[in-house]
Amino acid sequence: MELANIEKLIEKYFEATATVQEEQQLQTYFSQEQVAPHLQEYQPMFQYFTNLKAEKSTRNVPLQPRRKNYLKWISVAAVFVLTIGLFVNEWDKQQEAEEAEKAFKDFKMAMSLVSENLNTGASHINYLTQFEETTNKIFRTGNN
Amino acid sequence: MKQAEFLRTVLPFKDKLYRLAKRLLVSNEEAEDATQEVLMKLWSKKSKIEAYNNVEAFAMTMTKNYCLDKLKSKQAGNLKLVHSNYKDENTSLQREVELKDSVSFVHEIMEQLPEQQKIIIQLRDVEQYDFDEIAKVVNMNPTAIRVALSRARKYIRQELTKKHNYGVS
Repeated sequence: MELANIEKLIEKYFEATATVQEEQQLQTYFSQEQVAPHLQEYQPMFQYFTNLKAEKSTRNVPLQPRRKNYLKWISVAAVFVLTIGLFVNEWDKQQEAEEAEKAFKDFKMAMSLVSENLNTGASHINYLTQFEETTNKIFRTGNN
Repeated sequence: MKQAEFLRTVLPFKDKLYRLAKRLLVSNEEAEDATQEVLMKLWSKKSKIEAYNNVEAFAMTMTKNYCLDKLKSKQAGNLKLVHSNYKDENTSLQREVELKDSVSFVHEIMEQLPEQQKIIIQLRDVEQYDFDEIAKVVNMNPTAIRVALSRARKYIRQELTKKHNYGVS
């Protein structure tokens, strides 16, 4: 490229009125070996920018934040379920105990009823012994 | 949006994010951290990505904001690494040494620029964005960007000439 043109571009470059394409032309001009002596002072600047372009990020980006989140929520859910389970279990036990107590009461009542009836039944047996005694008396007198 | 699709949209400009972050934060490690952070944020917002018509500009803005925040916090205050492994060019040794020297000098000059100008220079001279694209990232109107860019470039030139003439005049 002719020198006059380059000089003009440089002027535009410093006024920041050059287009991107024109700036690219300048960069290619300054990245070559032969640069006009009076323009050499600009070379480091363009060289620097060209060097910068070659810089690359070397680290890979780990993109697994979602799975971690999943795990967190799963553990929260597990704890929740566990607590509910324990609570229900406890409540169930209590219910069972109450039921057992009620059953015991019922049984007790039934048994006391039975024993009462049995007692009245047993009191009638006294008549029976009386009857036996009198018959014995009769038989004894009969034998005598 | 699937992971593969996300990577396909993001990877083309990942290095640009990194370079911008590095321009502002200087250290390699911090720039990598910033890039990763920004991409993770993008990934968490992936459902909304389709709504943005320019994901790259959006990501660049995020990087810019992240880096400026970083700089504001004291964390970055005590960390400074100077990166100086520049590629060799096939010029004569004498010239090469000289050039290398001047190139790292440009780096030093760049460091002196205010953040806004650093960003603009980076976007324009390295990533070759046009003014409209830069406007989206830095939230300035194109004329103001042009002025800032011109000022930054002239500043670099002025400092370089100063060095060039050092001991001569």
